[in-house]
Amino acid sequence: MDIENVAKLARLKLTDAEKERFSTQMGTIIEYIEKLNELDTKDVEPTAHVLGLNNVFRDDVATEPLTDQAPINDSPAHSKGHYEVPKII
Amino acid sequence: MHRTTITQARELLHSKKLSSVQLTEAVFARIDAVEDKVKAFAHLMREKAMEQAKVADSRIAKGEELPLLGVPIALKDLICTKGSRTTCASKILDQFVAPYNATVVNRLNAAGAVIVGKTNMDEFAMGSSNENSSHHTTMNPWALDRVPGGSSGGSAAAVAAHECIAALGSDTGGSIRQPAGFCGVTGLKPTYGRVSRFGLVAFASSLDQIGPITKSVADAATLLNVIGGKDGQDSTSADVPLPDFTKALQQDVKGMKLGIPKEYFTGGMQPEVEKAVQEGIRTLESLGMQTVEVSLPHLDYAVAAYYIIACAEASTNLSRYDGVKYGYRSPNSDNLINMYENTREEGFGEEVKRRIILGTFVLSSGYYDAYYLKGQQVRTLIKQDFENALEKCDVIAAPVTPYPAFKLGEKLDDPLQMYLADIYTISANLAGIPAMSIPCGFVSGENLPVGLQLMGKHFDEANLIAVGHKFQQATSFHTQQLPI
Repeated sequence: MDIENVAKLARLKLTDAEKERFSTQMGTIIEYIEKLNELDTKDVEPTAHVLGLNNVFRDDVATEPLTDQAPINDSPAHSKGHYEVPKII
Repeated sequence: MHRTTITQARELLHSKKLSSVQLTEAVFARIDAVEDKVKAFAHLMREKAMEQAKVADSRIAKGEELPLLGVPIALKDLICTKGSRTTCASKILDQFVAPYNATVVNRLNAAGAVIVGKTNMDEFAMGSSNENSSHHTTMNPWALDRVPGGSSGGSAAAVAAHECIAALGSDTGGSIRQPAGFCGVTGLKPTYGRVSRFGLVAFASSLDQIGPITKSVADAATLLNVIGGKDGQDSTSADVPLPDFTKALQQDVKGMKLGIPKEYFTGGMQPEVEKAVQEGIRTLESLGMQTVEVSLPHLDYAVAAYYIIACAEASTNLSRYDGVKYGYRSPNSDNLINMYENTREEGFGEEVKRRIILGTFVLSSGYYDAYYLKGQQVRTLIKQDFENALEKCDVIAAPVTPYPAFKLGEKLDDPLQMYLADIYTISANLAGIPAMSIPCGFVSGENLPVGLQLMGKHFDEANLIAVGHKFQQATSFHTQQLPI
C-alpha cells in the first residue's frame, strides 16, 4: 500500500512514525483479508444492505425543524450565522 | 437498591416501596463508590437525572404507568442527547453537544426513563477492549486488571457494576455482545433495521444497530419494546410489526430446534470457555429443546469481509469530521487543506486513523473490485449460510468469544489479534440477524464470566428472548455477585 497516497486521499497528515507503523500493520491486515481470494465468487451478487431496500418514501408532512442557528452553534468557528474557514484561494 | 433489575425496580416504584429519587440517588451513590475503579462513564448527567427522577415520582403518584418510569438508564456516548455532550470518546467530538435527541432517547424519555450519564467506549465504536478511548480505559468489574470488552465496554461494565439499572449500547461487529459476555451481563443486538439509527453517530451504516445491555433477558425485552419500531427519521428502520417482546417471556421452548454450528466448535475456544458453552447447550436441551447440527461454512472469512466493509463505510462516514461543521479544529493551519489534514491528524486516535486508511484503500481506484466488491460478495455467502442454517432450526447457539476477558494492554500492539476477538460475533452483523449474549458460566479460579450466544432469523428477537429467559430461569449465572 502506498500509505502516503492513501493518507492524502483520506485527508490525514500522518507523522513519520505513524506512516512506518501503519505500513507494517496494513501489510499484515491486507495479507489476512486476502484470504477471501480462496473463495470463488464469480457468480455471487454483492450485498450492500441486508434488508434489500430501494427508495423509501414518506408522506410530505412538515415537522418542527431545527433552527438555522442550532447546528451552526456547534461549529468551532462561526460568525453571523455562517461557518468560518481559513482562506481557500 | 442499585442491584435491582428493571422488572424489580418497576415493582418497587409502583408499589411505592421506593421512589425514583431514592433509586436514582442509590445509583449515584454506587457510582461514587466504585467508579474510581471501574471508570465506566465518559460523563455523568447527575442534575438532569435527579430532575427526571422527581418528575417520574410525581407521575407515579398520579398513577401513571410507563415501561421505564423512574428507572435509571445509561447511554453509550455515541447516542445523541440534546443539551449534553456526545463525545464518541474522541478528541474530535470532545465538546460536541447535539442539537437534537436520537430517536431512542426520545423513546426512552417518552417511556419515563431517567438518564444517568453517557458511558465510555472505544473511539467511534472502533475497538474490542475500550482501550481506544480519548477519556480513559474502562476496567472489567469482575477483574480490574482486565478489559471490559468493546466497543460498548462502558455500558456493559456499568450494568455489571450496578452503576445503572440498564444501558444502551451499539453493535457494529459484536460491540454489544462481546462486552456483555466479558462482563457477565445480557446483551441483545436486534435485527438490522429493528431500532432507528437516527442520532446514533455513524460508524458503518449497513451494520450499526442500537440494542439493550441489561441484567436479565426480561429487561432486554422491556427495553426493546421501548426503543424498537419504524422511525420516519431513519429510512433504514424497517416497516415491520413490533411485537410485545415481554410476551415471549411466557413462551415455552419445548420442542424448539436449537442449531449447533459445527464450525464454531473446532478447537478455537479455550477449553473452559468451550465447557461452559457446551453445558449451556445441555441446559437448553434439558428444557426440552432439540439440538440439530447446522453448518456455517464461511465463518472463517467473516472477520476479513467485515473489516473491508466496516472500514470502507467508516472512511466515508468519518469524512464529515473536517473541522468546519462541528467538533475540534486544529489551530495550526494556514489554509483549508492544511486545516482538514491537521484537524483529522490531531483529532482522531490511532485505531480510527488505521481504519480510515484501510477503508480508503479498499475503496480506492484499482482496488475496489479486488477488496470492497469481494467483501460484499462474501457477505452474501455468509448471509446465505445463516438463511440455510435457520431453515433447519429456530435458534442457533454458539460461543460469544473464544476466551474470557483478556488483560489490559494484552492485544493493544497487534490490531489483527484485536480484530480476531470478534470472530464469533461479527457474522451476525454481516447477515443482519438478531443475536444475544447471555451469561452461561465462569472460568473457574479466575471468576471470569463466559457468554453463550443465541442467533435467530431476521426480526425474530422474540425466540431469542424466549430461549434466553427460560435459560435464566433455570440458571443463576446472571445473578452472581461481583467482587466489588
